[in-house]
Amino acid sequence: MTEALEGATHHPEVLGWWRKYIFSVDHKVIGIQYALTGLTFLFFGFCLMMLMRWQLAFPGVALPVIGTLFGENRMPGGIMLPEFYNQLGAMHGTIMVFLGVVPLGVGGFGNYLVPLQIGAPDMAFPRLNMASYWFLFLGGVTMFVSFFVPGGSAQSGWTSYPPLAVISDGNGQTLWLVGMVFLITSSLLGSINTLTTIIQLRAKGLTFMRLPYFVWAQLVTGVLLLLAMPPLEVAGILQLMDRVAGTSFFLPTGLVVSGQVLAVSGGGSPVLYQHLFWFLAHPEVYVLLLPAMGIVSEVIANNTRRPLWGYRALVGSALFLGFMSFVVWAHHMYLTGMGTTISIFFQTTTMIISVPSVVILTALILTLHGGSIRFTTPMLFALAFVPMFGIGGLTGLPLGLTATDIPLHDTYYVIGHFHYVVAPGSIFALFAGVYYWYPKVTGRRLNEFLGKLHFWPSLLCMNGIFFPMLIQGLAGMQRRLYNGGVDYAYAQPVLHLHKLISFSAWGLAVSQIPFIVNFFWTLRKKATHEENPWHATTLEWAAPSPPPHGNFATVPEVFRGPYEYSVPGCAEDYLPQFAAVGPATADS
Amino acid sequence: MSASALIPYTVETRPDTGLNNVKIGIWLFLASEVMLFGGLFAAYILLRIGAAQWPLGASILSVPLAAANTLVLISSSVTMVMSWASLVRKDFGKFRLFMGLTVLLGLVFMGIKATEYMTKFHHGLFPRTSTFLAIYFTLTGLHAAHVLGGMVVNAYLWGPGSAMWKSEPLRFTNRVEAAGLFWHFVDLVWIFLFPVLYLL
Repeated sequence: MTEALEGATHHPEVLGWWRKYIFSVDHKVIGIQYALTGLTFLFFGFCLMMLMRWQLAFPGVALPVIGTLFGENRMPGGIMLPEFYNQLGAMHGTIMVFLGVVPLGVGGFGNYLVPLQIGAPDMAFPRLNMASYWFLFLGGVTMFVSFFVPGGSAQSGWTSYPPLAVISDGNGQTLWLVGMVFLITSSLLGSINTLTTIIQLRAKGLTFMRLPYFVWAQLVTGVLLLLAMPPLEVAGILQLMDRVAGTSFFLPTGLVVSGQVLAVSGGGSPVLYQHLFWFLAHPEVYVLLLPAMGIVSEVIANNTRRPLWGYRALVGSALFLGFMSFVVWAHHMYLTGMGTTISIFFQTTTMIISVPSVVILTALILTLHGGSIRFTTPMLFALAFVPMFGIGGLTGLPLGLTATDIPLHDTYYVIGHFHYVVAPGSIFALFAGVYYWYPKVTGRRLNEFLGKLHFWPSLLCMNGIFFPMLIQGLAGMQRRLYNGGVDYAYAQPVLHLHKLISFSAWGLAVSQIPFIVNFFWTLRKKATHEENPWHATTLEWAAPSPPPHGNFATVPEVFRGPYEYSVPGCAEDYLPQFAAVGPATADS
Repeated sequence: MSASALIPYTVETRPDTGLNNVKIGIWLFLASEVMLFGGLFAAYILLRIGAAQWPLGASILSVPLAAANTLVLISSSVTMVMSWASLVRKDFGKFRLFMGLTVLLGLVFMGIKATEYMTKFHHGLFPRTSTFLAIYFTLTGLHAAHVLGGMVVNAYLWGPGSAMWKSEPLRFTNRVEAAGLFWHFVDLVWIFLFPVLYLL
């Protein structure tokens, strides 16, 4: 089927600059757009946090040098107002989750790699792909602009609980809701594309059980986004109606605001919002996690020169995790007054859902046993993911049981828990992915020394930030306090940890400099265009580096499983999926 | 050579799945739409259970108008199927007739809906007036937005989009089938909306 090459004639031979780089329908360009957008917002969200950390380490103290730049309505005299702290908090969470990790993990890595790893020329719906990126862009612009309207951005937490989110002044919260509608649309359209692509466009010989684990992870992620995003859209629409049309979906009867009963029809339920929100937001955390696990699996298999241990268990775990993620959501709502029967249900499902993650981590660890480990930079990040995610997962267990959740809910322990899974967890995995696939995307390898200079301080600082939070939370320190709890007697013994955390956060920022330098400086080097520098086995390494439009010179065919490393009797220590010679093995 | 030649199975069926890309794409989209309206219906249930009192739908809303709209939508689903079946039978003329009727019936639906809404507003009944009216307007409003969206797609397929019948008839037929699936879904949502809001 050499029409794959001639198929390029279906659009003009020379695309203008705008059609080639900005409004492209090529999944690789779109993937890069998503990735760059995601990385930019990760950086921006991180900056918001660094500002917050000043206030927490030195509450009420003017921020030197740049403090007065934020203006009198945010930081008069350089001292942060509580309202601004709350804006930073709400937007940090929103941006990191919806504009950082998801666009990078799903839109970036997913879009770029899924067609390549399954041997397809592009995603199933290229124009829909482009549309879904521009919805993300619109959502990002909306969120960014919301900082600059009177009253500032959303400031009721990334969770936007009513009644507070409904009654908050200004247009910031309304813009947040509009922005969320754009972002949800982007994810929905993207998931339809991903699922159709994986199901329909696999190359000849690529059965489901020969798929790289990364593709399985993206498949389950796509299902989660497809089915869980709409209820959040409903929550957003209903809250918009409450804010703009004067309805009271989420406002109870007789709500008193500033000493006066609110003039609304009442009859609404704040808990209804929480149900709708968390029905998405719990599967959302697996959307943050699964692509990361996919990336780590690829990098570990490749750098151990061994097949992934327990491929079938890994696949089953991903599917089971996806299914279970829909029936645990109310473990975020244990303190809303639910009865014991329903809380027993959610505690049980929550305990059960920890099992697949453990299976996955165990499989990754067992993969290492007897392996020929190459400590390349991607491997370092992937290896660090395992214990970091392990800490994150284990600290989730007391939160999943009501008896222990009662003192821990809404404390810094929660912040410590979820950041462990998502920061030295998912984000480290995403870094591993950047280092691993940079050669495929650019035809050059990132510098290893700078990579290690990025990794080790980052690992240290991540733990310096989030481990003390676990201690603070166990002491009872509440989250979302603009001055870090100075007014509370029980917080006094752990207040000093704020300084350690803040310095670690600023240290983490400095640790990213080698990465940023490496990322851009490497682009200036001459490209080596190595097709398979890591000696890997999956299909994307059959394409040129970078792949042209249409991806493959000839349509690939798959002959074996995805992780045929160290095959006995083989001259090389790897046998790619796409290599015709060599024994065809049973599915892995 | 057309775009569909580059990406396999845009028109022809993939043997092991038995589907083409458009068909699986539209079904996936419909699955997400089920979750969307399902979420709204779940909100309706929670709000109604938690309410001290809840009006009988018929006491505020016009059952005759909604019943008429039900007939309108069901008829439009029939004409939609006929328009697709005409293409399968290679009768482009009949396709245009039935698709045109579908769009027209959609317009009638929107017209009746607009009348209902205007009557409510004239009587001072707005979404902010009560929780019942809030969920009524939101549910039917979102549904109407979907009807409108479907109508825009159908009008495009009837009009400028129908040029594809000459160049790629099978691909065009599949597009009409996908639009038909969406239209049926919109009809199905109404079949749930009507009894829940108007009759219960």
